[in-house]
Amino acid sequence: MKNSLTIAGKELSGYFLQPVAYVVMTVFLLLGGFFFFALLRYFEVTLTAYSAMQNPEVLQRLNLNERVIEPMLHNLAIVLVILVPAITMRSFAEEKRTGTYELLLTAPIRTGEIVAGKFIAAAAFMLIMIGLAGMFPLILVAFGNPEVGVMFSGYLGLAFLSIAFVSIGLFTSSLTQNQIIAAISCFGLLLLLFVISWPTQGGGGALVDLVRYLSLPDHFAQMVTGIIDTRDIVYFLSLIFVALFLTQRSVESARWR
Amino acid sequence: MIEVKNLTKAYGNFVAVRDVSFKAENGSILGFLGPNGAGKTTTMRIITGYMPATAGTVLIDGLDIFSQSLEARRKIGYLPENPPLYLDMRVEAYLRFVAKLRGVPRAKIESALDHVLEVCGLTDMPHRICGQLSKGYRQRVGLAQALIHDPPVLVLDEPTIGLDPRQIHEIRDLIHHLSGNRTVVLSTHILPEVSQICDKVVIIADGRVVLEEYLKKLPAGTSLEDIFLNAITKERHEDGASAEETLEEVGAGHT
Repeated sequence: MKNSLTIAGKELSGYFLQPVAYVVMTVFLLLGGFFFFALLRYFEVTLTAYSAMQNPEVLQRLNLNERVIEPMLHNLAIVLVILVPAITMRSFAEEKRTGTYELLLTAPIRTGEIVAGKFIAAAAFMLIMIGLAGMFPLILVAFGNPEVGVMFSGYLGLAFLSIAFVSIGLFTSSLTQNQIIAAISCFGLLLLLFVISWPTQGGGGALVDLVRYLSLPDHFAQMVTGIIDTRDIVYFLSLIFVALFLTQRSVESARWR
Repeated sequence: MIEVKNLTKAYGNFVAVRDVSFKAENGSILGFLGPNGAGKTTTMRIITGYMPATAGTVLIDGLDIFSQSLEARRKIGYLPENPPLYLDMRVEAYLRFVAKLRGVPRAKIESALDHVLEVCGLTDMPHRICGQLSKGYRQRVGLAQALIHDPPVLVLDEPTIGLDPRQIHEIRDLIHHLSGNRTVVLSTHILPEVSQICDKVVIIADGRVVLEEYLKKLPAGTSLEDIFLNAITKERHEDGASAEETLEEVGAGHT
C-alpha cells in the first residue's frame, strides 16, 4: 500500500509537470461551461415561452435538473471518451519507451502495487477535474432551488464512469510502448461501451442479455436521473475490477517464462 | 555474492544467452565483457529480475531471483543501459522517489540523498530537471539512483558510456571505492577499464561464456585486448573452446 501511494504521488505530480493535464482540464471545463450556458439559455427561453402561454401545467413539468444538468452530464461523458485516453495513454507506454519501466520492475515492489499506484493517481485526477465541474450545479444552488440529491447522484455517476474509463485506459497503455496505439485502442473500447447494445434491439437470450448489461449508457442514465441502484454501482465496479485485473496480468506477463 | 547458474534466454527462435554460468564474490568487482549483441544486457536484465530466463537461475546472496524475487531485488542496485530517469522530474524529487520505492526508511531518506549527491558529484544539481541534464550527468543520476539504498549488490550496464575522459576517471574511482564489501558486476567494452578496476573478468560471445578468470591469474605479459580478441574469435571458429584452452594459447603466444 505504501509503495502504491509512493507511485500514485509521483504519477499525480507527474500529470501536472506536463502540459497535457492542464489542456485536458481546460478543455473539459470550457466545454462543460459551454454546455451549461447553452442548456441554461435554452431552458430560460422555454420557460419564458411557456409563461407567456400561461400554461401552468407544462410550466410545472419544466425541471431544471432534467433540462440542464442531465444533458450536460451526458455530453461530458462523451467528452471523457476522448479526453481519458489522452490522460492514460502515457502511464505504461511512456515508461516502456523511456526505460523507466526497468526501474519499476526491478524495484522490490509487486506489479499489483504499480498498477494500484497508477490507478489511484489517474482516478484522483478525474475526481479533481469532475469536482471542479461541480461549480455548475453550485451556480444553480446559489441562484435557484434545484434538487441537490439528483445532481449529486448524476455527478457520482460521472465519477464512476470516469474511473472505469481510466482503468480501461491503463489497460490499453500496459499493452504497448506506443502512446498513440494506447490512446486509440482505449478510445475504441470506450466508444464501444456506448454503442454495444445497438444490435440487440428486439433480440433475446443469454448473449443479448449480457451485451445489454455491458451497455454503459443505460447504467449511467439511471444515476443521472437520480437513481442510485446497487446494480449500476456493481456494473461500474466490475468494469474497474476487470480492467485493473487485466492490467496487472499484462504487466506481470513481462515476468512469465 | 551473485551466482549465475546455467542461464539460457531465448527470444522465439533466437537464443540470446546460452547456458551462462559465473560467480561474483563478495567485495569483488566483476567485469562483464563481450562484443555488441553478445548477450551482456540480456544477462544483466535477468540478474536484476527485469526479465525471466528461459532456463537456469540467479542467486543474489543465496536468494533466488525468480522464486524469492522481492527479497532478492531488495539487495540490488541497478543502472540499466539507459539511465531510467523521469525526464520531467527534478533530480532531487526523482532520487527521493527511488529511495521510497527501494524501501529506504523515511527518516534516512534525506541523509541517503545527500550522500549519493555527494559521491556522484551532483551537489550543484539537485534542482535541475533530469531532461535538461547532459548525457554525463544523466549517467551520474542513474548511478546515484542505483546507490541510494546502499545495496550489497550493484549491477551496472556500461556505467561509463557517454562520459568525457575526466568523468570516466571519476566514475571508475567511485566504483572502485564503492566495492568494499559490495559485489559489483559491470559490463563494458572498454578493456582498460576492466584491467584498472576489476578483480575478475567474464567474457561472453554469441551468448556463451568463453572466459571466466581472476585478473591476477591471467598470464603475465598478455594484454587483455589480446585475450579478449582471441577468446571471441576462437568462439566463432571452434564454437565452444574452453577457457583454459583459450588462456593457454594466448599465454603461449606471448611467452
